[in-house]
Amino acid sequence: MADLEKILEQYPFVQRDNLIPILQEIQDNYGYLSEEAIVKVGRYLKMPTAKIYGLASFYHHFRFNTKGKYHIKVCNGTSCHARLNTLIIQKIEKLVGIKNEEVTKDGLFSIEETSCMAACGNGPVMSINDEFYPDLTIEKVKEIIDSYKRLEE
Amino acid sequence: MLIDIQVNNKKIQAKKGETILETLSRNGIKVPTLCRMENFTPTGACRMCVVEVEGKSGLIPSCSYPVEESLKIKTHSPRVLKARKMLVELLLSNHPDDCLYCASNGNCELQDMAVELNIRERRISGEKTKANIDQSSPGIVRDPAKCILCGRCVRVCEEILGVSTFDFYKRGNKTAITTSMNKDLNFSNCIHCGQCLLVCPTGSLHEKTSIDIVNQMLSHDDTKVVVQYSPTIAASIAEELGYRSNKDVNQVLNAILRKIGFDKVFDSSFAADVALYEQSAELADRIKHEENLPMLSSCCPGWIKHMEQSHPDMIDFVSTTKSPQQIMGTLIKSYLTEKEEFAPENIFSVSVMPCTAKKFEAQREEMTHKGVSDIDAVITTRELLNLIKLYGIDIHSVAEELTDAPFNTRSSAAKLVSVTGGLSEGIVRTLSYHLTGKELGNLKITKLRGLKDRKEVYVKVGGQEIGIAVVSGLKNANKLIEEIRDGKSKVHFIEVMACPGGCINGGGQPFCNDEKVLRNKSKTIYDLDQKEAIKVAHKNSGLVNLYKDFIGDPLGEKATKLLHTKYSKRDVLL
Repeated sequence: MADLEKILEQYPFVQRDNLIPILQEIQDNYGYLSEEAIVKVGRYLKMPTAKIYGLASFYHHFRFNTKGKYHIKVCNGTSCHARLNTLIIQKIEKLVGIKNEEVTKDGLFSIEETSCMAACGNGPVMSINDEFYPDLTIEKVKEIIDSYKRLEE
Repeated sequence: MLIDIQVNNKKIQAKKGETILETLSRNGIKVPTLCRMENFTPTGACRMCVVEVEGKSGLIPSCSYPVEESLKIKTHSPRVLKARKMLVELLLSNHPDDCLYCASNGNCELQDMAVELNIRERRISGEKTKANIDQSSPGIVRDPAKCILCGRCVRVCEEILGVSTFDFYKRGNKTAITTSMNKDLNFSNCIHCGQCLLVCPTGSLHEKTSIDIVNQMLSHDDTKVVVQYSPTIAASIAEELGYRSNKDVNQVLNAILRKIGFDKVFDSSFAADVALYEQSAELADRIKHEENLPMLSSCCPGWIKHMEQSHPDMIDFVSTTKSPQQIMGTLIKSYLTEKEEFAPENIFSVSVMPCTAKKFEAQREEMTHKGVSDIDAVITTRELLNLIKLYGIDIHSVAEELTDAPFNTRSSAAKLVSVTGGLSEGIVRTLSYHLTGKELGNLKITKLRGLKDRKEVYVKVGGQEIGIAVVSGLKNANKLIEEIRDGKSKVHFIEVMACPGGCINGGGQPFCNDEKVLRNKSKTIYDLDQKEAIKVAHKNSGLVNLYKDFIGDPLGEKATKLLHTKYSKRDVLL
């Protein structure tokens, strides 16, 4: 992970306030915070990794797993919640066989519950990679997920 | 400066700068707390300590609110009690209902509070926290379902030990306490010291008990069950056994252990003398050759694990002498078996320690010989008290007895090892003998005594100034090691104890958060040292015989094989 060192080099002052920007930059580059990255940041900032893990887990933004080839983000904002996104989330989890924050064994799908996606009028909403799917119903979700599965056959 | 405040319609005096809670407890008014710990800055997390203050609209957490002139406080008004009761009811709403089967049954602050607040029915029932019990550590069991998120373990581990195994994970109703990357404790940087389970208010953190296996072995006819107890034990359980607090109950304990059915009873103090003798010989050797100085102590297993994972560059500086527990274990399964013609496999060696990390130490690979471990089971002071209760032994009907030969002698230096600074004191006394062949003029080194977390002293031994540094509370060791790396420290010997105050405050000791009790226990040990005739390890007659008959010279071939060990770098998530 040569690039990780480059990210750290941009923060020559070893101080804890740099932690969040460093983690953000790592996630932007790698898509997630790996154990290896957390250990390196901990060593660099002289911080126990439990503290870094604790802090990063506080924010939904940070993830600790790789993303699948098709990264499913489901809106869990207030409005979508009111429109019963729980049922949608349950359906997705059933269809791909994993839970929130997990990745399928074949690396195809990953699920992430996010905060508001700002499409409240069209909730429940989800996105797969950069494609957005509004006005979801259980049937619609099945169709969408199946279409991605078919792409891989 | 004193100021007047009014509490429950009565005038009391407060000291300026105090918190309301401090004033109240000084005046004998108890306000319940769940997250507060003595000598820590308050966090105000649990809200159990709320009181009503006239003129304030909300209830005020007394632990973090400083007293002011003419405050009018109500500590147990209906409004306050209602709030406290509601808090406990909410904590209970997702708490497992298994008090009868809980390791902390009868010893649980949450349970006590439910009793105090007279909670007799379930008004709020929530979804129970589902979590796996982590049994992976040899000393500590963690049940996240019973965690009430008070954060005490997080703070002790960070602020006293400097290890930071735990932290809060996620937020809101998903908050949990977890280790780094959610690993099991045996993969984490946990040093198994047990300070967290001393402060845990519920059964979320408790020791892994070995009472069952000890009991089972006691009933095996063809197994010899031998027991050793740490020098700390006899000096710290008097009160629990119903004696006056500063009595050393050594001889009573021997009788009790025999009544329980142990075939042989030894005091690890003998092995502590051997450790002092061997370790000071090692120090003398290093001073003569001017290599690997300062020498770091090795008898605290928590510190050793911490050193292996966080300061592997210090491995060469650490004394290779085994801890008293392991020395006794080795001697039992070599010297004793040879002398009494037992097979080492037929001996079950139990050790009673004030420490949960000793359970970890006993199962280290280095501590086995031809596949037989030197110590088979370690029980803590608390488990010993349980065992005594289980066997229903009437403590006042037992006559005092002595420990078994050949390990039945000790010096008072061996007892000092229980308190921070005591190991150093014992080592300096014998170091003089090793370096010059003469005794140290003044055996009592006052500057090494007391429960301060860091002490440094220079002692003249044979024309040479020997620098000794003592730290307790592992966090202080980290600072000291930085100083050594920077070449700022010029001492020759460093004693490190992971628990603040030393073994008397170990993670296996009876629950107590009173510094006065600790000071009392250390006084018991110092008084003993004052009274006794043999104050140095090298004058312990049993030890002299052991070296003459069996071991040979300190640091010699047999000593190296039996009494020394090695350490290796540990790869854990720091």
